[in-house]
Amino acid sequence: MNRSTIDLWVGIFVALGLGALLFLALKVGNLASFSTAQTYRVQAKFGNIGGLKVRAPVKGAGVVVGRVTEIRFDNESYEAVATLTLDASYQFPRDTAAKILTSGLLGEQYIGLEAGGNPAMLKDGDRLRITQSAVVLENLISQFLFSKAAEGGDAKGGK
Amino acid sequence: MRAALTHLGAAVTAGVWRLGYATRFFGYLLWHSGTAFRRFRLTLREIYFAGVLSLIIILVSGLFVGMVLALQGYETLQRYGSSEALGILVALSLVRELGPVVAGLLFASRAGSAITAEIGLMKATEQLSAMEMMAVDPVARVVAPRFWGGVISMPLLAALFSAMGIFGGYLVGVVLIGVDEGAFWSQMQAAVDVRNDILNGVIKSAVFGVAVTFIAVFEGYDAPPTAEGVSGATTRTVVTSSLAILALDFVLTALMFTGGNAK
Repeated sequence: MNRSTIDLWVGIFVALGLGALLFLALKVGNLASFSTAQTYRVQAKFGNIGGLKVRAPVKGAGVVVGRVTEIRFDNESYEAVATLTLDASYQFPRDTAAKILTSGLLGEQYIGLEAGGNPAMLKDGDRLRITQSAVVLENLISQFLFSKAAEGGDAKGGK
Repeated sequence: MRAALTHLGAAVTAGVWRLGYATRFFGYLLWHSGTAFRRFRLTLREIYFAGVLSLIIILVSGLFVGMVLALQGYETLQRYGSSEALGILVALSLVRELGPVVAGLLFASRAGSAITAEIGLMKATEQLSAMEMMAVDPVARVVAPRFWGGVISMPLLAALFSAMGIFGGYLVGVVLIGVDEGAFWSQMQAAVDVRNDILNGVIKSAVFGVAVTFIAVFEGYDAPPTAEGVSGATTRTVVTSSLAILALDFVLTALMFTGGNAK
């Protein structure tokens, strides 16, 4: 085997390897979705983010329009501040509401955006005023139990 | 009793001595790596032997590992009615763990053993001493190109293994069993992150490449110059580098993935 043939084979090998990396990045991973697109960032404060994680999707009407890029705790208001990075091709009114929702019964948590009626659009660095925290199962159950107990008490008192 | 203690002590001292020698050899190797890049043809030749000739075994193993993953994964997932998550299962297990680790193990037994045997035999037939006589540094001329050839080949082989495995998973999952094709790819894309999963897998395979190739060249260079010595060194290369891969994999996984999840 002379040298030029070795060059050819090594070239094929390296091209194949890089092709495999590209395949992994584009077809298997999610590089194509948001890395090159123009984005803008908005913040939203939540009383409780539940199981929301960084990189969770942000959906408007069920369509993924961005991702949660940062979650931190605000020392002054004792609330969680989530930074949402949204694709610039999707515009939302300034009074858009952000809710933490769960996909399916046991699925991952995501942020759902519900557009408001304000004619002005969200800009980079804006804050979403209307938010709804994650539903914590324990709180839900205790509310249910309390309301049941209250109902039971009323029924007895009525008799 | 006393003899046993002496033996144990001698074994420990010899191990530490060898470790020190290996570290010094690693530094010397890096210091004299310039030749491997200045005369890149030497390295190119080693990429051919370590990488191109390992292609077949890597591609075929990757395909079958992916196919088995899809079969076994489907069996369990469909019990919970989530057979669409098959793409996630196949892609994440390959990209994060199986790709780098199995490709590394195959690389150690296919290319690492060959490197050790070659360098060991060159030493046994006094080719290395002959080079020294001609004022050619055998580390720069023989060891460094093999080392860098292996280090360059390994991440590419691991990526090919993962890609081939995912293709195998697709063949079995979508074509054979009939999982929905759109869900297979879209769930996979939603779950696999480029930086956290794919880049970490590439880093893993690069670390394994350095470890395996270094163990191979060191065992070859350090082999006793006899037929027995070379065969022993070749065995040690496969055993040591397999253990090194598994141990390093544990450390790297602990560093990369638990840290990310806790955040």
